[in-house]
Amino acid sequence: MQLSKGLIGTPQNRVDGRAKVTGQAQYAAEFDTPDLAFGVVISSSIAKGRIASIEAEAALAVPGVLDVITHKNRPRTAWLDRSFRDEVAPPGSPFRPLYDEEIKYSGQPVALVVAEDFETAVYAASLVDIAYEVETHMTDLDIARREAYVPPKKRGGVKPPPSPTGDAEGAFAQAPVKVHGEYRIAVEHHNPMEMQASTVVYGQDGTLTIHDKTQGAQNSQGYVANVFGLSKDKVRVISPFVGGAFGLCLRPQYQLFLAVLAALELRRSVRVVLTRDQMFTVGYRPMAIQTISLGANPDGKLQSIVHDAVQTTSMFEDYQEAIVNWSNLLYHCDNVKLTYQLAQVDTYTPCDMRAPGAATGVTALETAMDELAYAVGIDPIELRLRNYTETDETEGKSYTSKELRACYQLGAERFGWSKRNPEPRSMREGRELVGWGMATGVWEAMLAKTAARAMLTLDGRLEVSCATADIGTGTYTILTQIAAETMGLRMEDVTAKIGDSSLPRSPVEGGSWTAASAGTAVQKACQSVREQLFKFARQMDSSPLANASIEQVAFAEGEIRLLNDSTARVTFAAAMQAGGVERVEAEEKSSPSFLDAARYSGYTHSAIFAEVKVDEELGVVRVTRIVNAVAAGTILNPKTARSQVMGGVVFGIGMALAEESMLDHNLGRFMNHNFGEYHVPVNADIYDIDVIFVSEHEDKLNPMGIKGLGEIGIVGTAAAIGNAIYHATGKRVREFPITLDKLLE
Amino acid sequence: MNRFSYMRAASVEEAVREVAGDPTARFIAGGTNLIDLMKYDVERPDRLIDITHLPLKGIEETEGGGLRIGALVSNDEVAYDSRVQDRYPLLSSAIRAGASPQLRNAATTGGNLLQRTRCYYFYDTGTPCNKREPGSGCPAAFGRNRIHAILGTSEHCIATHPSDMAVAMAALEALVHVAGPNGERVIPIAEFHRLPGDRPEIDNTLERGEIITAVELPAQDFSRNHTYLKVRDRLSYAFALVSVAAALRLDAGKVTDARLALGGVAHKPWRVPEAEAMLSGKAPSSDLFGKVADRILDGAKGYEDNAFKIDLARRTIVRALSQAAEGKPQSQTDKRIQ
Ligand SMILES: Cc1cc2nc3c(=O)[nH]c(=O)nc-3n(C[C@H](O)[C@H](O)[C@H](O)COP(=O)(O)OP(=O)(O)OC[C@H]3O[C@@H](n4cnc5c(N)ncnc54)[C@H](O)[C@@H]3O)c2cc1C
Ligand code: SF4
Repeated sequence: MQLSKGLIGTPQNRVDGRAKVTGQAQYAAEFDTPDLAFGVVISSSIAKGRIASIEAEAALAVPGVLDVITHKNRPRTAWLDRSFRDEVAPPGSPFRPLYDEEIKYSGQPVALVVAEDFETAVYAASLVDIAYEVETHMTDLDIARREAYVPPKKRGGVKPPPSPTGDAEGAFAQAPVKVHGEYRIAVEHHNPMEMQASTVVYGQDGTLTIHDKTQGAQNSQGYVANVFGLSKDKVRVISPFVGGAFGLCLRPQYQLFLAVLAALELRRSVRVVLTRDQMFTVGYRPMAIQTISLGANPDGKLQSIVHDAVQTTSMFEDYQEAIVNWSNLLYHCDNVKLTYQLAQVDTYTPCDMRAPGAATGVTALETAMDELAYAVGIDPIELRLRNYTETDETEGKSYTSKELRACYQLGAERFGWSKRNPEPRSMREGRELVGWGMATGVWEAMLAKTAARAMLTLDGRLEVSCATADIGTGTYTILTQIAAETMGLRMEDVTAKIGDSSLPRSPVEGGSWTAASAGTAVQKACQSVREQLFKFARQMDSSPLANASIEQVAFAEGEIRLLNDSTARVTFAAAMQAGGVERVEAEEKSSPSFLDAARYSGYTHSAIFAEVKVDEELGVVRVTRIVNAVAAGTILNPKTARSQVMGGVVFGIGMALAEESMLDHNLGRFMNHNFGEYHVPVNADIYDIDVIFVSEHEDKLNPMGIKGLGEIGIVGTAAAIGNAIYHATGKRVREFPITLDKLLE
Repeated sequence: MNRFSYMRAASVEEAVREVAGDPTARFIAGGTNLIDLMKYDVERPDRLIDITHLPLKGIEETEGGGLRIGALVSNDEVAYDSRVQDRYPLLSSAIRAGASPQLRNAATTGGNLLQRTRCYYFYDTGTPCNKREPGSGCPAAFGRNRIHAILGTSEHCIATHPSDMAVAMAALEALVHVAGPNGERVIPIAEFHRLPGDRPEIDNTLERGEIITAVELPAQDFSRNHTYLKVRDRLSYAFALVSVAAALRLDAGKVTDARLALGGVAHKPWRVPEAEAMLSGKAPSSDLFGKVADRILDGAKGYEDNAFKIDLARRTIVRALSQAAEGKPQSQTDKRIQ
């Protein structure tokens, strides 16, 4: 079968770009509806204890206030944990907003004030008086880790560490060269530009149409249906545009619960939007403390890897991510021991944040590898090549493809790595020390069962649809490309519809699996439309294609053409008329091949190179150059792909130098809960980011060879920057973010 | 946020009268700080008296050869005024080191001097704070205090004044012109902001109802040897961890006059005249600069997160003095520290 000439793999502008820059794209808090009421959330100021009393009279007396909903007067909801467990919930007992008087974390929602207009709700909220009985809380991982534990119940989709091989401790003791360190990664909050928001449109027939900020419209739909005992066909969740999510919107957040609760109680439409400070009362990237011991021979060959991690979770759910597994995945070693533990603190449950686990674990691992490179006196790339592995040793499988060697080589060439003098403090420009560092990045390439529909109409237009989301990644655009190319249409003839629970079944958008999963489903649906269309074309009276098979034709420019005689052609419209139909429709599914999954592991790889300039006296760091060479199978759209990786790199720069949610352990509260004091990189912090896509032939994961790019950009970036800082200054900082105080002295 | 009424003042007298007679009234200028504080329920005025239509908008020459900047002139109008750039480049530079163009276009000269601390706790009504609620305590002293003061703190408050502009004005010995119920007066900038002591809720020496009408820059020439050096947690759009406004006059290789003010370290722009005097008559050297820095930081006290600021301040002072002495002021567009 021949595809019409290439749209896949070509740089295309975002199909939704114009709608976004002209304000046509509507976000969850922007959907208007008549008779809309506004809910404002009141958050707990204590981290643990009980609500002693809530005085709401003053608020209720304000004209325009409709209700103050608290645990005392809330309508009944489901009472089984199971009903509150969404598709990606970790094991445990999910948090239930306004459930009872118990306070489990600082910032917990304790009341929802609903009024005719937003300003009235905000004002009335300031009049609600809440008294607490305070109990002693604990938010300090250094203390909580004393009671760390291996999560008894594993979280679905997160691989636990592989069982130990060989004798890692013994081999470490014997190893001629050793490095050992403790690595700390601060808590980060996702902080997308768009706040969590839900606009619930209450239908008089009892249906709810919910404009929710989510990465999974059907996940939100299922949650609402289960929690409020509604049938799914009464709940529709729409989320066509998402202003950044980074994993925060994988799980339904409490504004959705509260907005629905109020809508059902008041029997009218309600909107709830969180404030920026409340964005620090939802999920976060957990703080992790890791220790790594690497034992090696003088030639750099690893003899032992011991990697232990302990990470925070809440008191009620065992949030898990894969932090340590990468150490054995990336490097060959016969003696490996990886452990992963949780420690409970009185905060909300952490939540997947861009490259969950890998961003944390690989940062520590790749810092340790740099330390080893210095300990054995071998170039960091050479060290990695000496320990390179062609098989996934954690699971004993082959890789579907792995062009990491090419990433090292092409990245190094572009960066000019060969000119590097490994000696720390050997490069200087005026008052700045210059350093070059590198690291490896890795992320899973997954496929998640996804369905899509394609519908071709007589006017030559094609609509493809799937319930997945576009969180700014470019999903609309790549689905349009795939559909247009498969059907032989122009981009502008194709409309992609996503972000709606009524569309074909899709899991949450995350894990970098969407391009592969939704993309494959769309391709299959289009292929199915082609087949039907071809059948009609062949059946036409005196069809020029009567004797052709589908392999012998091309679909191009709205026509089916014989490959070896392009004058033999049938237009799509003619074929449809011949078939007596006005539309041709098909729904298909993509699903992982279990046969292949048993034999192969799919991963995306990268090599990141960083140049930093560090003011020697003041410790001010500038990341002046990044080269990131990525091997991610087929690159569907180099333009949106590059944006994805750049965004990931910027995330990594934030992790390396700035991002930290500061907990006050006395109050059990994150204190820098605003954009003024939670520092993400600004334009001035970003210099040159050069993204290289290394060509990688991938033929096992899915027909188009897609691996996904949402996370890979951040993985390893913080380590590359930290390693460059070491090269510049001779100072090894194992605590991220590397703020300037850590470089003084 | 509470409900409030809004009134546009037609004259300075009217504005003063409205606020002097009503403890729940506040002036509003650019609103870039006040509105935020109202959203957080930190400020709960019943009435806002809009002063943006008052005739306090020009930059004028004074008889003494200085400039008089109206209280409502926006921060960026000051920064890009050619007279300010020629004669008070230190001020222009300090303003441009702060905030973002959007904010600087909205923020006013008077409002900037009166912006309140960025202490995390001050902004969060879910926590105690002596500045917000006298007597409730100061959690910052034992909590998160990376952005807090190392000089002039008290057991009641360790907050800083966050302005960059005010630091340059302190070095330039600006005069704050105010009008109030009892007439007009002029407050030297050194006496304008105060230390927290046991009344941390009071930031400055303005009296109830007093309005800033202008800031006067006295005639002086620090246009050659000066710098505003701001060290922060990212390369732009962050408040200073430490900033230094340095202005020198040199004659035949010797310092004849020196001004040094620090930001981000205290409840007010920090000046130590004795330290400045140490430079007089001496040739610039890093050794000398180090001694000056030590003198300025004499008595500095660090807390858990911010102890590094003492060392950072010392280094920043030395660097700023050498930039000033070399006549190479810090660029506010190139983020590399010179
Ligand atoms: C995100 C962010 C980043 C910032 N970064 C920086 C920075 O890096 N450096 C920096 O220096 N600043 C920074 N700022 C602060 C900014 O400079 C101030 O908010 C601004 O200068 C305040 O001026 P305004 O006119 O908006 O004051 P308003 O908010 O209108 O008023 C502030 C206070 O002054 C009073 N007031 C105003 N005018 C007068 C007057 N003429 N007489 C008497 N009282 C008056 C008001 O009643 C109010 O109490 C930042 C602000 C934000 C929001
Ligand atoms: S430092 Fe001052 S402003 Fe901050 S909490 Fe303490 S008293 Fe309040």
